[in-house]
Amino acid sequence: MNNLIGSDADSQRTLYPYVTGTSVVGIKYKDGILLAADMGGSYGSTLRYKTVERMKSVGKHSIIGASGEISDFQEIMRYLDELILYDNMWDDGNSFGPKEVHNYLTRVMYNRRNKFNPLWNSLVLGGVKNGQKYLGTVNMIGVHYEDNHVATGFGNHLSRPILRDEWHENLTFEEGVKLLEKCMRVLLYRDRSAVNKLQIAKITEEGVTISQPYSLKTFWNFAAFQNPTVGAEGSW
Amino acid sequence: MTKQQANWSPYDNNGGTCVAIAGADYCVIAADTRMSTGYSILSRDYSKIIQLADKSLMASSGFQADVRALQKVLAARHLIYQHQHNKQMSCPAMAQLLSNTLYYKRFFPYYAFNVLGGLDSEGKGCVFTYDAVGSYERVGYSSQGSGATLITPFLDNQLKSPSPLLLPAKDAVTPLSESEAIDLVKTCFASASERDIYTGDKLEIVILNASGIRREYLELRKD
Repeated sequence: MNNLIGSDADSQRTLYPYVTGTSVVGIKYKDGILLAADMGGSYGSTLRYKTVERMKSVGKHSIIGASGEISDFQEIMRYLDELILYDNMWDDGNSFGPKEVHNYLTRVMYNRRNKFNPLWNSLVLGGVKNGQKYLGTVNMIGVHYEDNHVATGFGNHLSRPILRDEWHENLTFEEGVKLLEKCMRVLLYRDRSAVNKLQIAKITEEGVTISQPYSLKTFWNFAAFQNPTVGAEGSW
Repeated sequence: MTKQQANWSPYDNNGGTCVAIAGADYCVIAADTRMSTGYSILSRDYSKIIQLADKSLMASSGFQADVRALQKVLAARHLIYQHQHNKQMSCPAMAQLLSNTLYYKRFFPYYAFNVLGGLDSEGKGCVFTYDAVGSYERVGYSSQGSGATLITPFLDNQLKSPSPLLLPAKDAVTPLSESEAIDLVKTCFASASERDIYTGDKLEIVILNASGIRREYLELRKD
């Protein structure tokens, strides 16, 4: 069957996501880029997977963080690894920088939306090459931009106001991690699909390091957490 | 699993407002630098104005991914034009090219609302205004995008351009001096950002005249 209103190809389109990851937060700091993401993989509202790596290195100079459909992200990683492999085969001393990778992803995402067959992700791309820091983002319909700090999904609502207050160009590594942890803690409290198991990825001129998974210290004894209806008389 | 998301849409509206004013020997083209989606701000510093040729500038609002695709097509077509004719495209030629490029996608349109400003071959200011599918018109001034409903009537009131029905046809360029036009643009955006949530953060003004290109910036409301 292949006519105007429906074809076999329709059944292969992502009409909604299955297993999804939540926010990714990224910032520039003194020596490069820092990214943070938790390791949850949600199946609708069920927390199905708890050890999903949502940040991966791309070549020598870039790192990618993904929210949205996990399988689509893994497909994107196959595209990128092939791209980097074929680039290395030239063996000409040139290599893809973060700007090139971001541009490539932007075109892939936009091209798939043009085919009404989107890759269901919001991606964050960071990197350092030739002393230039780069931090950008793309979403599933191809909207993209660069900034000093970016965040996907709930992160755009909850983390970016914090970053606008506290971010500055000369953050040290320790200050950057502390700032990202503050963002991730707010997300943990307020985003129901966030989990307390996260990784922080660092990229500098020296290369990529992705931390081991770890947890944040939380404090649930705030009065408003313990008795949320106080001061809201008449509500249940 | 029950469907939890709204139906997928290939389009988004990233907001933004563009204004262009043509004078006797200059053209002022301006746009804010906010990029939004729904009630969220994505970036406070995203430029909507690009230079397509020596004497033509385009400001675009609407769906950012389509706008960028459109800008890339125009840049590629202009590069081919330069190789074939060994000169820069004129602003009226670029205006026709933009119209054709938009109409080419008539049945899956670029969701882009553009104003094209520049100097014509006589050095006179020109402004071309478009809809998303390529209808266009040469005018003396124009506004497009989310704040256009607020700014257009204000410009109509201030600039009182001659009716296009007049015979013989009268020139559409505005009688303002360059600095008066710049001040008018600043007033427009300061007002639009009070009422339109998709307009704000920063105003980028590009001024094109015989001596070249100049840029000015003005901070706008950030809420």
